[in-house]
Amino acid sequence: MSTTQIPGAEIILKALADQGVEVIFGYPGGAVLPIYDAIYQQNQVRHILVRQEGGAVHAAEGYARSTGKVGVVLVTSGPGATNAVTGLTDALMDSIPIVCLTGQVPTHLIGNDAFQECDTTGITRPCTKHNYLVKDVNDLSKVMHEAFHVARSGRPGPVVIDLPKDVCMALAEYTPPEKIDLKKYQPRVKGDLDKIREAVKLMAGAKKPVFYCGGGVINSGPSASKLLTNLVRSTGFPCTLTLMGLGAFPASDKQYLGMLGMHGRYEANKAMHDCDVMIAVGSRFDDRITGRLDAFAPDAKIIHIDIDPSSINKNVKVDVPIVGDVAHVLEDMTKIWKSTQASPNKKALSAWWKQIDEWRAVDSLKYTQGTEIIKPQHVIQRLSDLTKGMDSYITTEVGQHQMWAAQYFDFDEPNRWMTSGGLGTMGYGLPAAMGVQIAHPDSLVVDVSGEASFLMNMQELSTIAQYRLPVKLLILNNFYMGMVRQWQELMHGGRYAESYMESLPDFVKLADTFGMTGLRTSKPDELDDVLKEMIAIDGPVIVDIHVDPKENVYPMIPSGAAHDEMLLGPEDTAATPMSEEGMVLV
Amino acid sequence: MTRDETVNFHTISVLVDNEPGVLARVIGLFSGRGYNIESLTVAEIDDARNLSRITVVTSGTEMIIEQIKAQLGRLVPIHRVSDLTLEGPHVDRELALVKVVSTGDQRVESLRIADIFRARVVDSTNESFVFEIVGDTGKLNAFIELMRPLGLADISRTGIAAIARGTSSL
Ligand SMILES: Cc1ncc(C[n+]2csc(CCOP(=O)(O)OP(=O)(O)O)c2C)c(N)n1
Ligand SMILES: [Mg+2]
Repeated sequence: MSTTQIPGAEIILKALADQGVEVIFGYPGGAVLPIYDAIYQQNQVRHILVRQEGGAVHAAEGYARSTGKVGVVLVTSGPGATNAVTGLTDALMDSIPIVCLTGQVPTHLIGNDAFQECDTTGITRPCTKHNYLVKDVNDLSKVMHEAFHVARSGRPGPVVIDLPKDVCMALAEYTPPEKIDLKKYQPRVKGDLDKIREAVKLMAGAKKPVFYCGGGVINSGPSASKLLTNLVRSTGFPCTLTLMGLGAFPASDKQYLGMLGMHGRYEANKAMHDCDVMIAVGSRFDDRITGRLDAFAPDAKIIHIDIDPSSINKNVKVDVPIVGDVAHVLEDMTKIWKSTQASPNKKALSAWWKQIDEWRAVDSLKYTQGTEIIKPQHVIQRLSDLTKGMDSYITTEVGQHQMWAAQYFDFDEPNRWMTSGGLGTMGYGLPAAMGVQIAHPDSLVVDVSGEASFLMNMQELSTIAQYRLPVKLLILNNFYMGMVRQWQELMHGGRYAESYMESLPDFVKLADTFGMTGLRTSKPDELDDVLKEMIAIDGPVIVDIHVDPKENVYPMIPSGAAHDEMLLGPEDTAATPMSEEGMVLV
Repeated sequence: MTRDETVNFHTISVLVDNEPGVLARVIGLFSGRGYNIESLTVAEIDDARNLSRITVVTSGTEMIIEQIKAQLGRLVPIHRVSDLTLEGPHVDRELALVKVVSTGDQRVESLRIADIFRARVVDSTNESFVFEIVGDTGKLNAFIELMRPLGLADISRTGIAAIARGTSSL
């Protein structure tokens, strides 16, 4: 029997190619040099050199979220691995499929405090969906394929493979994916039909229903969004989306209530509070969504569709749990809805819509753009309008600008919106935009940024320059960590401890040093021209827009408050002091 | 919306791949999410299929227990999670080694009680016994309490191993 023995590093590259990987984001170091050597000697997998490993993970997240594929990262041992931890945690919280290869000291040195050794599997155990330490090169093919299976199946997430240097150099035979049994981990995709029937019955009898949908719809693939859209339309029910779910249902649809939650629209949160039947689809009742739990949707019967059984009954007890993949369940649900000719209570539904229209009339996202100073909301509103119909992708950092982007940009399709929802990682958006642009070289990719967040990963400007990625970095510059300043204003007597951004760089000159275009304005009447110019430029652009530094994000459900205790603007804020229990919450 | 807030003990049996790190995953899950561990035991049970069984006794409200099981079920090396407390009658047993250092009447009395409890003497010197006792947690606790005034010097307990009664298997 003749077998071809090849080094571990080559097995890794073969496995990546067989898994359909086209791009990996990485940064070299001693422990991964054999892998880099193997990369050098092939041309199937393209390597993108980032400037810090944290950037590599966020770039892979952007790549993954905008394509539905697994994002792949390669970093060295020790500091390379620890730098990746934030991104891994971010991917775990937001269910993003990532495979992260980390170098490790040779097996005989593990546990010796060797140079650039760290306990990578120990450190990443709580921040990955699963991780592996490969000690025998004969296990390598299997682990590689299994890692991709685990990352992308079920509720997706990050997987780490720790690779001692000697394992990458040892010889073994490569086994392709077809020949490996991955039966052990098989999450349930089909939902229980009896439960789905029960759900349809509840829906048909509903007087005040609402669909509450999240990132799970996006993760389930574009067909899930289509199925959702059709089902919502055939029921005539209103639909609200979470921060992670934006794009899962078209923002332009008249049944859309906008985003819900802490900074969600009035009509969305009111509908959640008053509904009698809630259909939660791929959403997880996060604290930003529910507000005070004991006051959450007090009259609702809740149907919950999720692929992760641990998301069900975690924070909120539900009446009809359906474990399964969103697309599969919605397909069955639609069939049953149609075959039983379920028709909702028309009269009750029209009264419900009348109520919703009254809430809508409050116009909770209103703001006034004057002639002196640019309102940050207006920037996003204009960006959304000016890019209508374009093939565009939006990433964000974390802070007020992120919330305004979520509130004022209209997404009609899934996979167009990448934001750090669960972890709230400042510095996510810039590298994520790189990853999106790599996947979609001809599309418009805009990172809606804050000046503080921008500084968190701006070393990646060098990566953007190297690969000539035409990303647009749109900074809503309010000279503050605006979200921190807002909380200090509302909860800490306006004592703005350490939230003013001193010594900012000149962003236009900064663009110049990296060979990019820099644009700046602070005048409302110049805004459109600057945005149009940004869109038109065929290359990377940094846009420094000076916006009203005092603007706050509204509406707001303060921490510890209920959905119907929403603050609509500064007037409400002055009238309602924050509760003590609310103060301890984040 | 009403929630059952009563806290109950549950014995949960988990079938896992016998691989490095699997115990750390389980313990890390409990500590990271703030769940209680009252007792935890682990040992290989199937050499050929490389499987171990972890028996964990935990406590919580109904919702927490459900969460614990769902969270355990998510771990990749875990094959099965079963809640013995919910799934019907089960047997749980623990073994303790109890060292008693005494002489004279106390020594005689400790031996007499050990006999009642069917504890075996597994080591003895002129001034000491090591008793081996097997039973459920209540029985072991009772035995230890009785030994306390009789020169109880040291205890080592295994934690609980449990299995369903009847024909069902994991
Ligand atoms: C890595 C990290 N550190 C700290 C925070 C806490 N934090 C949340 S928003 C924010 C301020 C963001 O400022 P900026 O990027 O200027 O955005 P703005 O709120 O002003 O729009 C901070 C410090 C965070 N989310 N992430
Ligand atoms: Mg700012």
